[in-house]
Amino acid sequence: MSALLDSFWALLALKLLVVALVVPGVSMVIIYAELKISAHMQSRVGPYFAGGRWGWAQPLADGLKFMQKEDLVPADADRPVYKVAPMIVLAGTMAVFVIVPFSPKLIVQDLDLGIFFALAAGSVGTIGVLMAGWSSANKYSLMGGLRAAAQLIAYELPLVLAVVGVVIQAGTMSMVGIVEAQAQTWFHVGDFGVSLPFALQGQIIGFGIFMTAALAELNRTPFDMPIAESELVMGYLTEYSGIRFTMFFLGEYAGMFAMSAIASTLFLGGYYFPGLDSEVFGPVILMGKVGLLVFLMIWIRWTFPRLREDQLQSLAWKWLVPLALLNIAVTATLKVVF
Amino acid sequence: MALDSTTRRVSPAIKPTGKGLLKGMWLTLRTLFIKPSTVHYPLEKEVLVPRARGVIALDIEACTVCMLCARECPDWCIYIEGHKELQPPAKEGGRPRSRATLDRFDIDYALCMYCGICVEVCPFDALFWSPEYEYSESSITSMLHDKERLEEWLETVPDPPALEA
Repeated sequence: MSALLDSFWALLALKLLVVALVVPGVSMVIIYAELKISAHMQSRVGPYFAGGRWGWAQPLADGLKFMQKEDLVPADADRPVYKVAPMIVLAGTMAVFVIVPFSPKLIVQDLDLGIFFALAAGSVGTIGVLMAGWSSANKYSLMGGLRAAAQLIAYELPLVLAVVGVVIQAGTMSMVGIVEAQAQTWFHVGDFGVSLPFALQGQIIGFGIFMTAALAELNRTPFDMPIAESELVMGYLTEYSGIRFTMFFLGEYAGMFAMSAIASTLFLGGYYFPGLDSEVFGPVILMGKVGLLVFLMIWIRWTFPRLREDQLQSLAWKWLVPLALLNIAVTATLKVVF
Repeated sequence: MALDSTTRRVSPAIKPTGKGLLKGMWLTLRTLFIKPSTVHYPLEKEVLVPRARGVIALDIEACTVCMLCARECPDWCIYIEGHKELQPPAKEGGRPRSRATLDRFDIDYALCMYCGICVEVCPFDALFWSPEYEYSESSITSMLHDKERLEEWLETVPDPPALEA
């Protein structure tokens, strides 16, 4: 067994397999959570019969239904671009899972530039969205793709800038390193000390900016202008069907998990919880924090209406970017002073 | 016309306080934990109000084939055919009376929009509302109820409310 784990390629294949299984699995769970929570927030019951009890098999049934549908390509579409776009979106999201630390050891690869890699890989999906919008040969798709491009450019900045504050405070870009930095204790009274996540160490504004920008990156309400159903049919997804639509769908919900995992690692202490052994309980602790953030995202989606395009842009450029820059300046100053 | 500062409508500056956002969040959170208002239809049934408008029942004997309902129906979903029958005179040597008899009275519930104008307009109280609603069909042509079927609904019609003293 250990010989197998020592071999680089065998280990890589194993890790790939785990990620390839975890991504759809996690997406299914989040989809089910979204179905149920949205239903109860509207005084409905949501899926009820699929799978016998509480409709737990509804996302599976939906997935099977999508897969057996015809994979349509419009006559005027740019075929190769149209076909590869959903793969790029899904691949970009899955690449982020590489640096999510579930425990000090349970991580696909702890890169020195971990968070940098995550933000870079997460942005690849934007290209996929733009490709989907452009290649569909449909005005709604094109409008959706352009809106997505404008929105993702605008919100990429506050997202990255919000992370910079954490990186300054932690002094490292490695995801494990950032968690370790949050595990260190403060306010020493003898042997007793309190370890605080970065959200409570002055990065609460950064956390707010990060979550807002993450919602926009994921095209979720109130920032779902690119797929605004009432105006653009389904935006860049309009022409997609069957397995390729499923890829976009899974990518969206896997992206929710990835963003929540990054946010909880950066701001909420990741797999660390005071008094619990990270090696053993790490994955459970991280999942708990991710669950909270995912619930927050679903909650926000089913509460707020969609922003107008100009409101969306002015929120990013007039509020989030200056606030994030101020956050960096203050964090850097305090880091140098203390 | 030039707009000076007194006539120009300036939209009031909206101060983003975030109070409304929190109020909305609180509302959805509270709704999440209260019992859903869904009625699990095939398993349990809704308690209908007594005068619910489910289906229209026909009293064939009361109908005089006056066609008022068919003419007033906005959807033209009522089909009526009838003929006149001569009845023997009431007294010996009198004139035979003619009586309108209903041959066909169909309501196409695929078209009906449940406005109730036919029930309102009927001068001889031949049409009634019944609260029954479980008559969906797998074929759209089966939604046409003939006069026998419409008369069957008559048993489900609730008694009229008591007269006011």
